This record gives sequence, C-alpha cells and structure tokens, in this order.
Amino acid sequence: MSENEFYSLRVNGKTHQVQDSWVGESLLYVLRERLGLPGTKGACEQGECGSCTVLMDDTAVCACLVMAATAVNSEIVTVEGITSETALTDVQQSFVDEGAVQCGFCTPGLIVAVHHLLEKNPQPTEFEVKEAISGNICRCTGYGRVFAAVEATIRSRNAVK
Amino acid sequence: MTVIVAKELSTALAALREHADARLIQGGTDLMVEINFNHVKPTTMVSLRDIEALRTIQTDSQGIMSIGSGVPYSIIEGEPVLSAIPALAQAARTVGSPQIRAAGSLGGNLGTCSPAGDTLPVMFALDASIHLNTLDSHRVVSIHDFMTGVKRSVRQHDEVITSIDFPIVRGWQGYSKVGVRNAMVISVASACLVADHDKANVRLALGSVGPTIIRCREAEAWLASSQDLTAGQTISLDVANEFGKRAAAESSPIDDHRSTAEYRRHAISVLASRLLRKAYQ
Repeated sequence: MSENEFYSLRVNGKTHQVQDSWVGESLLYVLRERLGLPGTKGACEQGECGSCTVLMDDTAVCACLVMAATAVNSEIVTVEGITSETALTDVQQSFVDEGAVQCGFCTPGLIVAVHHLLEKNPQPTEFEVKEAISGNICRCTGYGRVFAAVEATIRSRNAVK
Repeated sequence: MTVIVAKELSTALAALREHADARLIQGGTDLMVEINFNHVKPTTMVSLRDIEALRTIQTDSQGIMSIGSGVPYSIIEGEPVLSAIPALAQAARTVGSPQIRAAGSLGGNLGTCSPAGDTLPVMFALDASIHLNTLDSHRVVSIHDFMTGVKRSVRQHDEVITSIDFPIVRGWQGYSKVGVRNAMVISVASACLVADHDKANVRLALGSVGPTIIRCREAEAWLASSQDLTAGQTISLDVANEFGKRAAAESSPIDDHRSTAEYRRHAISVLASRLLRKAYQ
C-alpha cells in the first residue's frame, strides 16, 4: 500500500479504516492519533518501556515497534479492548486497592501485560510474574505494589472458584 | 512510501527486485526505532512478518538444526532449540523483554548485524551457516564470511535471509553477557562458549568487543594443545583464568556510551573463565 491508499486494521474486534496517514507510522501512533484509542501510552518509542504494550495475535508486543501497515493481517487488542468504560476489571481494582498506581503512565501497559499473563497462566509463580512484567518499566511506584496487585487478583479469582 | 506485506517468500523477493529502494522489516525491533526517531525515512518497505515459511524449525539426519529467519526469540528460548542448542536458547532468553522476544528473530539479528546482536556469538561459536535466497538463486554463507563490520554484511539488496543452520554439538555450551540490569539490556560484553566433546575442542566467540563478533582462535588453540577437552574432564581455576586472559587479549573493544574498553576487556576475561569452568566442572 502506498501513501494515499487506505488500509484497515482489526482492533478490539472491529475493523478500522486508517486514512490520510503516512504508512510508516507505528501502530502506537496510529492507535492514538488515527483511531482515537489513547489508552495505549507512548514514552520511549524504542521498545524499552512497555507502556505501549498491546496484544497482537494474542502475543504481548510493543506497539511502537510495529509498523501499523504491516499489521493488516493481525488481530490487535488494546487496553480499551480488555477493560470496560463503566467498571474496573479485577486486575484494575487490585491495582487501585494495592496502591500500584502513582503517576499512572505505565499502568495501561501493565494492565495489558498482567491480564495476558493471568489468561495464559492463572497460577503464576513469583518468578513468572516478574518475568511477565519485565518489559514494563515503572519509574515512580516501584514494582512491589504491582506484584501485590497481581497476587491479590489471583487470590480473589481463586476464592471465587 | 510503499509498504508491501508479503505472505509468500516469492512475493518479498520479487518486491526486492522491483524496488531498488526497498528495505526489509521482520519484527521491527531495530528498524522501527530508527523510523520513530526519524533517523531513516524508507520509501519502500517489504514486511516479512506474515511469511509462515520463514518460521519453521527442522533437524536433519546429519545433526543440523535449521531455524527459519523469522522464528521469534520467544520460540527459540524453548524446545526444541533449548535441548539441541542450549547456548542459542540462552542467548535468545537474554534479549530485551517478553515483548521484544515476541518480535525479534535471528534473521533480524543478522540483518542488523550489530556487534551487540545477542545471538551472533552463538552462530560464530557453532560455525553456523546462513541461507540467502533471491528470486532465482540460493547460496549458503558461513557466518564467519557473512558479517563484515559494524552493521555490515555480505547480504545483497535482493537477498532475503531465509534460515540459519546450526550443527548440534555434543558437550556443554553456554552464553553469558554483562549489562547494567537483567531485563531490557543491550550487552556491554558477551561470550558464547561451546565445548565439543567429539572434536575435543572448545570454541569461544565474543560480542560487543569489536567491529564484528570475534572468535578467539588463539585462546582456543592454546587450550586444545594444553588440556584434555573430552567429556568428563575438569579445568583448574588457573587454566580457566589464563584462558580468560588470552580471550581478552583477542578482543578489540572501544570506549562508548555503554562502557569503556578497559572494563569490557576485564569482563571478557571473567566471562570466558567462568564459562570454561562451567563446561568442565
């Protein structure tokens, strides 16, 4: 596809037309600036911080490192597709309860990473939790409260069973 | 700018022939950074992301494991690579974060050809071979001839790196790197050591300490001539430290934003010594 062509992306189960864009734009930029999905955050734009974590074909990736126009055959899920506008998910609630959110900038990426981890591995070990969020960098809250939030989510899910 | 998303290898190869300005993109972990920061502004991109044929792993009867250039590190760090080529699985495991390992690949590491590329020392230590295809030809290049300098290789514009052949070697092998933290780190110095019990030798390749990956031929030859390197032997601390010193002498590091030449040389002597002790303990 070239400059003036449209392409479409499957995001959160819907097909979105991407129009009037430079085709070299990252998926991060397209999600935020073209498709009106600003939940995915941009910080380092070089794959180091994980604040732009999205799911692509059920794999967590950095949206800043995906050229959006190459993702035309993939299913993309953003934090907006995992969470709801009206209520908090259990993971989000645990982040609030455990004080795992300070400035909040890394939080959407962490929410995606944690939802993804618990979906793939409902009973992760401490090491597996650390591993799963090792690509999500927080510079103010620290990780202790994030680990506590993950543990709290697992505990509450186990209690429901 | 034009983006061609190839689903077949032939589509990508034809696009390279047709567009002299075309650049290849696989996982995007290197190239997208350059694009995001406006360091490069490509005019034609050919995406290899959706080519399933580049994502296969096969082992032949000669004991060669052939890994498709598009297989992501997240696959390489597990089976069947983990048992067959443990050093490669280890190196893949040290790359970036889960997000990066889901995107990065051997083809991308070779395409970028940075001396800090984590899997390149493994290819050098194992004498891996690189398969390159054009629309009408195919060649196999030794990794030693493939990498020619910092981010330079013999890959021609119309060639796609399709797979990498690794001999499966009997004996201990490992990869170690030094960086400022565990996750998300580009190596300051790295080393891959392969003990080949059948050939009774040890091979050592160094990353991030020269314009290309460096094979420590002299240290290897010294070790093979002075020690029994078959299975079940042990290596003394003195011998391991001497091996480390000799390996460091063969490195050619520079001072840069990540570290100093002096520290890198020291790091290599420690990494080489420790790897050798692990191989024969």
